[in-house]
Amino acid sequence: MIELHNLTVGYGTKAILSDINQVLKAGQLVCLLGANGVGKSTILRTLAGFQPPLWGEVLIDGRNLSSLTLAERSKAVSVVLTERVEVPYMKVVDLVGMGRSPYTGFFGKLSEEDKDIVSEAIEMVGISSLAERTIDTLSDGERQKALLAKALAQQTPIILLDEPTAFLDFHAKVSTLRLMLRLAHETNKTIFLSTHDVEMAIQLSDELWIVQEKNISTGTTASLTESGILERFLKGEGISFDDKELTLKIR
Amino acid sequence: MKDKYKLKLLAVLMVLLSIANVLWGSLDIPIKDVWQILCGNEIEGHPAWSIIVLQGRVPQMLTALLTGTALGTCGLLLQTAFRNPLAGPSILGIDSGANLGVAIVLLLLGGTASIGSLTIGGHLLVVVAAMVGALTIMALLMLLSRLLRSQVMLLITGVIISYVTGSVIQLLNYSATEQGVHSFVIWGMGNFASVGIERLPIFCTLSCIGLLLALLLIKPLDALLLGDRYAENLGIRIGRVRQMLLLVTGLLTATTTAFCGPISFIGLAVPHLARLTLGTSYHRMLMPATMLIGANLALACNLLSTLPRDGSIIPISVITPLIGAPVVLHVILKNKAS
Repeated sequence: MIELHNLTVGYGTKAILSDINQVLKAGQLVCLLGANGVGKSTILRTLAGFQPPLWGEVLIDGRNLSSLTLAERSKAVSVVLTERVEVPYMKVVDLVGMGRSPYTGFFGKLSEEDKDIVSEAIEMVGISSLAERTIDTLSDGERQKALLAKALAQQTPIILLDEPTAFLDFHAKVSTLRLMLRLAHETNKTIFLSTHDVEMAIQLSDELWIVQEKNISTGTTASLTESGILERFLKGEGISFDDKELTLKIR
Repeated sequence: MKDKYKLKLLAVLMVLLSIANVLWGSLDIPIKDVWQILCGNEIEGHPAWSIIVLQGRVPQMLTALLTGTALGTCGLLLQTAFRNPLAGPSILGIDSGANLGVAIVLLLLGGTASIGSLTIGGHLLVVVAAMVGALTIMALLMLLSRLLRSQVMLLITGVIISYVTGSVIQLLNYSATEQGVHSFVIWGMGNFASVGIERLPIFCTLSCIGLLLALLLIKPLDALLLGDRYAENLGIRIGRVRQMLLLVTGLLTATTTAFCGPISFIGLAVPHLARLTLGTSYHRMLMPATMLIGANLALACNLLSTLPRDGSIIPISVITPLIGAPVVLHVILKNKAS
């Protein structure tokens, strides 16, 4: 569970989002929605500890993120980022094995137990048949699943993903999101991701965070529909939102 | 297990090449006499042979071995640190920095420098100057690597650094004495023989320190393959690792460049040969393989340099591009294909 208390995020003296008080519960898939530039990545980077909060605090299972050492943080939060991972000769098992780094010894050699955890993680995301393939031969969707398996192998209660469905084809987007929803429920982890795939997010998440006009509104799709926040967020020229069917119509 | 077998094979090859380097030189000495000399016996009528073998060939073999190991390791560290398959000590201009340091000493100062009452001269000064030059360029690159995310820009920066140091060296040539220019040209040809028996201990010590420090970086290097952010998230102290990388590559490039002159392409080509041989990205396997292949390549080059067999040698810097350039071309074409 992550608790955000009076959190202000931004760079230097420039606050992008202020005074956030929210909770991310364990065992839930939460999707962060918002237009480009509203601060989605900034929130994720702050929660991952890549940049300090400008004000307020982030509590991870009751412990203040800022007080954790780098080693403790690596066992609390894992990430999947937007930057492309391209390493020649790196196999899927090697990539997922990197997730064991916080637990391995000085030279990073994997123990038998580590190897079991790695193959279990690969199995959970359903790419066991690709385990020995090098990552440059994978499709974008398969690579995203391999990175998710890396995050699982890191055995953190929290997984943050920055636009994991970008660049994927339609079927890969759906299967990645469904996979994460299932994983959140099965493993009781908090999975928090940013995405632009609004129509999928409203159908395949436990909770939504909508960032607009420097404000964050949270809730289930149903509650956000009821309060009209979702419609206000989705409305645009040529777009209408069917709040019964939870679908978008474009004219 | 197959990879460990390959590493053992490379180690055996290294031993064989080392022996070959002692047995064959630019002067013909019968193999059984070389053996006698190594056993501590003098050869009747040829007192000079003992000196050639013990004070010439043996230190030269060790120098080639360590230089190849050091340059290959440098290349691997740089390729991982900048996540660029074309990074290497010569491409990024780090050895030009060392060059410039050496040029200032040999051309401008005439080989000696005084700080107060302390006068240092000769090879020690050359090493210090090369180190200062290499570390300066390395620090500059590290600084820029944060600003310039693009790898193309980083390579262009390296090229520009090489041009700038090149022009400064040319300028220094004008004002230098004839002897200074001569010693700089000779040094610039690259030579594994220039270390010699008396400077071997300091050369070995400096290279071995650098190589041992490099081994300490194996785990962080693996994580760095995924990028800084991923590495940090895996618990790696990026800042400290970058400082160590700066120190190790600076030390290794400076040591080899100062003692043996600029030796291009080995640093760039060897890590690729290691990856091709093992087919892995793990530094735990890749680094030993790089060290062994680097040693083997340098030993082979040293053997080739004695080919004229009339007492003269081919400069090392003439041979290494002939071996290195095809490897680089292969890498570029392979990257283009994917």
